[in-house]
Amino acid sequence: MKKLLNTVYVTSEGAALSKDGENLVVQVEGEERARAPFHMIASVVAFGAVLLTPPLLQACAARGITVVLLDRNGRFQARVEGPTSGNVLLRRQQYRASERPEAIVRSLVAGKVANQRAVLQRALRDYGEETQISAKTAIEAAVARLGGILRSVQISTSDVNALRGAEGEAAQLYFGVFGHLIRSPDPAIVFRGRSRRPPLDPMNALLSFLYTLLTHDCRSAAETVGLDPAVGFLHRDRPGRPSLALDLMEEMRPALVDRLALSLVNRRQIRIQDFRMEDNGAVLLNDESRKTVLSAWQERKKTERRHPFLDETAPLGLAPFLQAQLLARHLRGDLDAYPPWFGK
Amino acid sequence: MLVLVTYDVRTSEPGGAKRLRRVAKACQDFGQRVQYSVFEIEVDPAQWTALRARLEALIDPKCDSLRYYFLGANWRRRVEHVGAKPAADFDAPLII
Repeated sequence: MKKLLNTVYVTSEGAALSKDGENLVVQVEGEERARAPFHMIASVVAFGAVLLTPPLLQACAARGITVVLLDRNGRFQARVEGPTSGNVLLRRQQYRASERPEAIVRSLVAGKVANQRAVLQRALRDYGEETQISAKTAIEAAVARLGGILRSVQISTSDVNALRGAEGEAAQLYFGVFGHLIRSPDPAIVFRGRSRRPPLDPMNALLSFLYTLLTHDCRSAAETVGLDPAVGFLHRDRPGRPSLALDLMEEMRPALVDRLALSLVNRRQIRIQDFRMEDNGAVLLNDESRKTVLSAWQERKKTERRHPFLDETAPLGLAPFLQAQLLARHLRGDLDAYPPWFGK
Repeated sequence: MLVLVTYDVRTSEPGGAKRLRRVAKACQDFGQRVQYSVFEIEVDPAQWTALRARLEALIDPKCDSLRYYFLGANWRRRVEHVGAKPAADFDAPLII
């Protein structure tokens, strides 16, 4: 099993990253803050004004360490990559399959809907008694409807647009009741339906920030197994969009991100003071709280789960990698279908 | 797996200081310095073979020595630290 290597997050303004021998060195204001051998690192994520020396970038590219630059708010800016890796034949299969994406899209949508339903069911099971009756019935109704969508997705005779529609409907149902899962007593922590670019409430800010991190991991996973991250199945091609990474991510959003975001606010690890409001109505995480979220994210990735298809225990953080590998096997013809990821 | 590498390089003769520097550098490339001539090195077997070959080519076996302590994959419960300069944990979230 592949080892889950660490990600270095650099959030200090004015940090300088350089290479020393086989080490990554992080300096802040001329003082060495951290040093780690390259073989312990899978990726480097830098927020805001961070300096990276050319020898470091070259060393990372040569070793397949992905370097991602985000702006201070966590929005994607740039990515430094080495030569395209992997196998042409596999990528050709991927392009061919993207012309007839029905089967894969069905797996992706089924995985996502099942995982969304699992999040709601778990909330009912754990806190159903404490939830207001009206909220509880709304969640129960959504669970039932999601179950219906799941069944129709599994038996439907494959029209990609119908599948995309089912995914959209599921998302609407799910986010329609998602706000009821917030149990923080703070009335300012709210969720008024999904909003992005910019996120308009604290919960959306948290979700958007975590989705950025997950996209980055899914993209790296696609690159690692030699797939083209830009050519997706559920997501149509669009210049600059990592469609395949977004596809892989769909199944993992509920378990990896949504549940983590809920625990962060429900356990009061993140409070309303951790957000700042911009003039345009955008709500963003402030600098200090981003560290809390990043630590929680790294910890979450280390929790071990049994992979339903491989029947092996693996850290949650490897899920994108394992799914990318299964997808590659399917595209090569070693697997009849792409097995969706069901995570609880 | 974690390997603890400690060394003694005689610096009283010409060339000794250079060997000492090179040994330290090789260890630094793969792990972290926890005390002056003590390195904790987390490697897989292939990386260990490479490092070991590099170290053993550097030293002069007549007057220098290397000691390896193999702490395995489950090393955390075998290592304790007291006092200044605690070692960095490369598996913990690295947020700087």
